[in-house]
Amino acid sequence: MANMTRTTISEIIAEFDTRPEMLVQILQRIVSRCGWVPPETIRQLADELNLSRADVHGVVEYYHDFRTEEPGEHIVKICQAEACQAMGSRKLTEHATRTLAMSLHDTANDVTLEPVYCLGNCACSPAVMIDGKTYGRVDEARFDALLDAMRGSD
Amino acid sequence: MARTKIYVPRETAAVSVGADEVALAIAQTAKKTATDIELIRNGSWGATWLEPLVEVEVDGTRIAYGNVGADDVAGMFEAGLINGGEHERRLGPIDEIPWLINQDRWTFWRCGLINPLSIEDFELHQGFKALEKAFADGAEAVLETVADSGLRGRGGAGFPTGIKWRTVADAPGDQKYIACNADEGDSGTFSDRILMEGDPFGLIESMAIAGLAVGASKGYIYLRSEYPLTHSILSRAIASARDAGWLGNNIKDSGFDFDIELHLGAGSYVCGEETAMLESLEGKKGLVRTKPPLPAISGLFGAPTVVNNVVTLASVANIINLGGERYAAMGVDRSKGTLAFQLAGNIKRGGLVEKSFGVTLRELIEDWGGGTASGRPVKAVQVGGPLGAYIPVEQLDTPMDYEAFIEIGAMIGHGGIVVFDDTADMARLARFAMEFCAIESCGKCTPCRIGSTRGVEIIDKMIGDDNKGDQYDLLVDLCDTMEDASLCAMGGMTPYPVRSVLKYFAEDFASFKES
Repeated sequence: MANMTRTTISEIIAEFDTRPEMLVQILQRIVSRCGWVPPETIRQLADELNLSRADVHGVVEYYHDFRTEEPGEHIVKICQAEACQAMGSRKLTEHATRTLAMSLHDTANDVTLEPVYCLGNCACSPAVMIDGKTYGRVDEARFDALLDAMRGSD
Repeated sequence: MARTKIYVPRETAAVSVGADEVALAIAQTAKKTATDIELIRNGSWGATWLEPLVEVEVDGTRIAYGNVGADDVAGMFEAGLINGGEHERRLGPIDEIPWLINQDRWTFWRCGLINPLSIEDFELHQGFKALEKAFADGAEAVLETVADSGLRGRGGAGFPTGIKWRTVADAPGDQKYIACNADEGDSGTFSDRILMEGDPFGLIESMAIAGLAVGASKGYIYLRSEYPLTHSILSRAIASARDAGWLGNNIKDSGFDFDIELHLGAGSYVCGEETAMLESLEGKKGLVRTKPPLPAISGLFGAPTVVNNVVTLASVANIINLGGERYAAMGVDRSKGTLAFQLAGNIKRGGLVEKSFGVTLRELIEDWGGGTASGRPVKAVQVGGPLGAYIPVEQLDTPMDYEAFIEIGAMIGHGGIVVFDDTADMARLARFAMEFCAIESCGKCTPCRIGSTRGVEIIDKMIGDDNKGDQYDLLVDLCDTMEDASLCAMGGMTPYPVRSVLKYFAEDFASFKES
């Protein structure tokens, strides 16, 4: 995870044929590459797509996926929606915040902990997503093991 | 000896509980034991409770093994997996499992059966037959067949698909669009995902049929970003269809042009609302539009647009193949055909059950679902996602039928069924409904944007026993305002789960403890 160069961002914009209606897709690609939308990209996107900075800023602020702060190296999302609540996701979330010594939305020790509202894995609740991969039937022991594996992969 | 086919699903739920590790173990064990196998990554049959579900083909019969872990694989090979040998994980032939064969598979029949990324396999299983028939019969015949089928929108609103398509076909304009809503954000739903991961060409074919019927040369799929595996499968399928000449200009010399662009959402629930989705497809904030105009008249980039859910569209190919009457013969009253019910939450046998309308909630939860996973009594069932009412056990005999559900103040929505056992704190779930609305509201209309936050505050006071009587009246009044004055279902239906808790589970407000 790092900031992106102007050249990289121009390349991404070109991949989408510099079409302004692809702004959400372009931002999604930026986030998939570097984890967030660094503030200096907003002006460049506005310039190259011929949009106002307010337009771009509005879109960045609107969508949950477009983080405006740099996340940790690992992103852990815990589903908070109803099906997972029915299987103890609130308790799992408490366990996670206690174990990681952080709250939802926080970043510490290279981990960003986020809520997510449904991963579509509702027959295997509770579900979590770690670095873009979905895991099901996650109890506290499995959560700890998944975190160990995540750190072991560094 | 021919190579033995072994199937291991590459589908989000199966992979989330270890299917990739199982596939790897099978490949490694086969190599070590010099066993000649062909490992096929199929979609899921929808029996999520049995995942990872491994099948081995023996003399044309697929023998299933359920809940297989990577550490089971060596033992399964020793027990003669290749010949369908006896093992504690063995379930028997896949086509004899009652949970699967007692369903009415119309839309999902290829899911699990085929290799989702093999266009040859798809064509061996009726693939593109419906599109060829549509080329031969013409747009008017397709429109009539879809109208005859009685198919209604499976995204939740239940609007008749035939009428929507006819409206777009009749609307003036050179450029028209098909916009497939794959922003499956409701908790407890995953049928779109299972379809796209298990039969992506089926969706592509049906979208092309829709394009032919209404005169659209371009389709969009708006896929939620929470489905990365689906995105990978779908984008590969679209590329293969293009390479094989099933997408693009002059498809198979029919003179018909149609292509599909895949867009990713960005974590906004309200973008599942059709007009917010169109805004997002245009690269903007997902703000709900006022209606009219309807998207069928003025939709994407102002052009006439068919906005349909994945399952709605995917149901069309078989309707063209088998006829509208045949589809309409299933179901009850005005709820024709089948729905993919999704059993989720605290349920023993969760997964996807495609069944004709008219099946009762109790049959789905008890006969298919086997009751709760915890073994405790069912307390409440939320049907139709976070905007659906919490249904008490006394109403479990309600048949799955759009109108019957409206009568009890509930909705079928996208067919998600989330079960809660008797430990569920309903006051907390009512609070969550308002909280979720506050987090996800697009902010365009006041009742939703402000009402949801006020709703959380009022419920907090009720829970804290602060002047409960007055707060109750205030909450009912707020629900009225949100229902009557919100622009879309987000604010307009958030009161449904809240009111249902007040009506059936009011006693839970006394027991709340903030943790």
